[in-house]
Amino acid sequence: MDLYEYQGRALFARHSVPVLDGGVATTPQEAVELAERLGDRVVVKAQVKVGGRGKAGGVKLADSVDEAKTHATDILGMDIKGHTVEKVMLTVTADIDSEYYFSYLLDRANRTFLCIASTEGGVEIEEVAKTAPDKVVKKPIDAGVGVTPEIAGEIADEAGFPADLRDQLVEVFVRLWDAFVAEDATLVEVNPLVRTPEGKVLALDAKVTLDENAGFRHPENAEAFADASAVDPLEQRAKEQDLNYVKLDGQVGIIGNGAGLVMSTLDVVAYAGEKHGGVKPANFLDIGGGASAAVMANSLEVVLSDPQVKSVFVNVFGGITACDEVANGIIGALGTLAERGEEVDKPLVARIDGNNAEAGRKILADANHPLITVVETMDAAADKVAELANQGA
Amino acid sequence: MAIFLNENSKVIVQGMTGSEGMKHTARMLKAGTNIVGGVNPRKAGQKVDFEGASLPVFASVAEAMAETGADTSVVFVPPAFCKSAVIEAIDAEIGVAIVITEGIPVHDSVAFWNHAESKGNKTRIVGPNCPGIASPDKSNAGITPADITGSGPIGLVSKSGTLTYQLMYELRDIGFSTSVGIGGDPVIGTTHIDCLRAFEEDPETKAIVMIGEIGGDAEERAAEYIAEHVTKPVVGYIAGFTAPPGKTMGHAGAIISGSAGTAEAKKEALEAAGVKVGKTPSETANLMREVIKSL
Repeated sequence: MDLYEYQGRALFARHSVPVLDGGVATTPQEAVELAERLGDRVVVKAQVKVGGRGKAGGVKLADSVDEAKTHATDILGMDIKGHTVEKVMLTVTADIDSEYYFSYLLDRANRTFLCIASTEGGVEIEEVAKTAPDKVVKKPIDAGVGVTPEIAGEIADEAGFPADLRDQLVEVFVRLWDAFVAEDATLVEVNPLVRTPEGKVLALDAKVTLDENAGFRHPENAEAFADASAVDPLEQRAKEQDLNYVKLDGQVGIIGNGAGLVMSTLDVVAYAGEKHGGVKPANFLDIGGGASAAVMANSLEVVLSDPQVKSVFVNVFGGITACDEVANGIIGALGTLAERGEEVDKPLVARIDGNNAEAGRKILADANHPLITVVETMDAAADKVAELANQGA
Repeated sequence: MAIFLNENSKVIVQGMTGSEGMKHTARMLKAGTNIVGGVNPRKAGQKVDFEGASLPVFASVAEAMAETGADTSVVFVPPAFCKSAVIEAIDAEIGVAIVITEGIPVHDSVAFWNHAESKGNKTRIVGPNCPGIASPDKSNAGITPADITGSGPIGLVSKSGTLTYQLMYELRDIGFSTSVGIGGDPVIGTTHIDCLRAFEEDPETKAIVMIGEIGGDAEERAAEYIAEHVTKPVVGYIAGFTAPPGKTMGHAGAIISGSAGTAEAKKEALEAAGVKVGKTPSETANLMREVIKSL
């Protein structure tokens, strides 16, 4: 789960990482109230989970409360790379002497954590890594040891940070590590970490990603950082029903079991779509193991309520789940939807293989449902469902 | 032969007395796995009856090993307690610990991997969030359906459970030496490379199927390894060509971040290493069929 900057900043503050005083506003009026509290000079920053907001005009300096209001009014509702700005963060300003880069992140390949530090901050670190690789220090962190003051000092020295800041930096690096571990983060990034003319170190930005698998350890975060605004309404509805659903931009609804098989189904449908008017998968939906009729009904309901969907592909490999149960699930689901008063008029292609597949196909054939077509192989089924989507488009 | 798991493996189940543990212990027994007991400190000393077997519950992995000679553990312990269960297995120096549990915090996976390294990697960790290991007709440790296929010359390594089953099903007439589900989490124990190395050395395995998916760069590193060290034919499949960046596709590790982890990059890396990559699972199976014919 990626956090907004204002949430990351709050999380930093929780762990005593030095940040600027500020707050978040969802209306120009709230921005005015905040600006009045913060004083004359404030920065108004769009809160979006995408880079490049400065270039897009989403970060503005205000020299008065009136100006803060004007900027907040302009920025709220702005579209930045497809993200609508629903909140702005206001902070007091800081004079900047130098800008640095600092982060902790998960290093998948080495199954450990990594610290990246650079005296070249305020720009994209990938860019610095290309143009001045010697300015970027990457240091693996031993998870069993963590970041002690000694290790933090080594990082500061290796990255070439000014010696007069060393004590402050050591403290900030250790506190950021505390935040990284205590909050179960997979990324904590400060860009820029700055030095003020007075020689004070401050975190001027906060990019944080939290591990959703660790949500059970942090119920307070799950609640505080829940982001209904950024979630597609269909995704929200699926989530409420514990379905693993991702909305995509296409015409073929996809329901399958197992993350890998569903991902593969999306690909196979996209290839088939190339021959059928360029139709594409409309979603990712993994029903997991043991598909009951209720799960199937909920899944179909979510997929069918996507107005873009023209046809639906149910692709199941029965491993532990028996295919006759899956088939009964599909028939039951259509019945359940009818009982719920949902009108189902989109064609459904089913491919079921594996455990008890023959029995499953027979159940579907015997049901003789006008909307259901059973196709034996995954590739042929993808072709059929793409063709149907193209006809319905 | 087979890799990591064979007919001589003595298997214990950590979390056997939980609902998932009970269900899958029964299935593994039915598949012929030599399960010698379970571990649950709160139920130590009890016996659990399964169809055709009554299995003892031990207080710890160490005790289970001392009493039964167990060399392999399958872990079904829930996410909140899984880290300590795996660390216990590592401390007992069991040969293989297969972590089926889904939803383990990644800091916990890093912690148990760190612990394993500090103990000299005496325990092979497989998973977490994986279907386990199946060596058809010999032993089955995990949740892979045992009745899809029999033994044969193909070795399979995969991040995904259902795609593994799909490929095993498509190639069921040929059969498999071992299928290893390494799991879809960002941090896993046994990697594609570990399995490739073991398959290369395994005389029963004549050809290898490698299934990958978006996220990370494990497939790219595996491709480098294949180019340098693998002489047996490898056929590949990558899922997630249509996945958009920034969206997690079911597996916690299946996410494209920025330009890293795309299916296209993985496919190109594999092809550059001489691996034939199928466009769909069926095409991949057909490629393997041709490889087997040509042997």
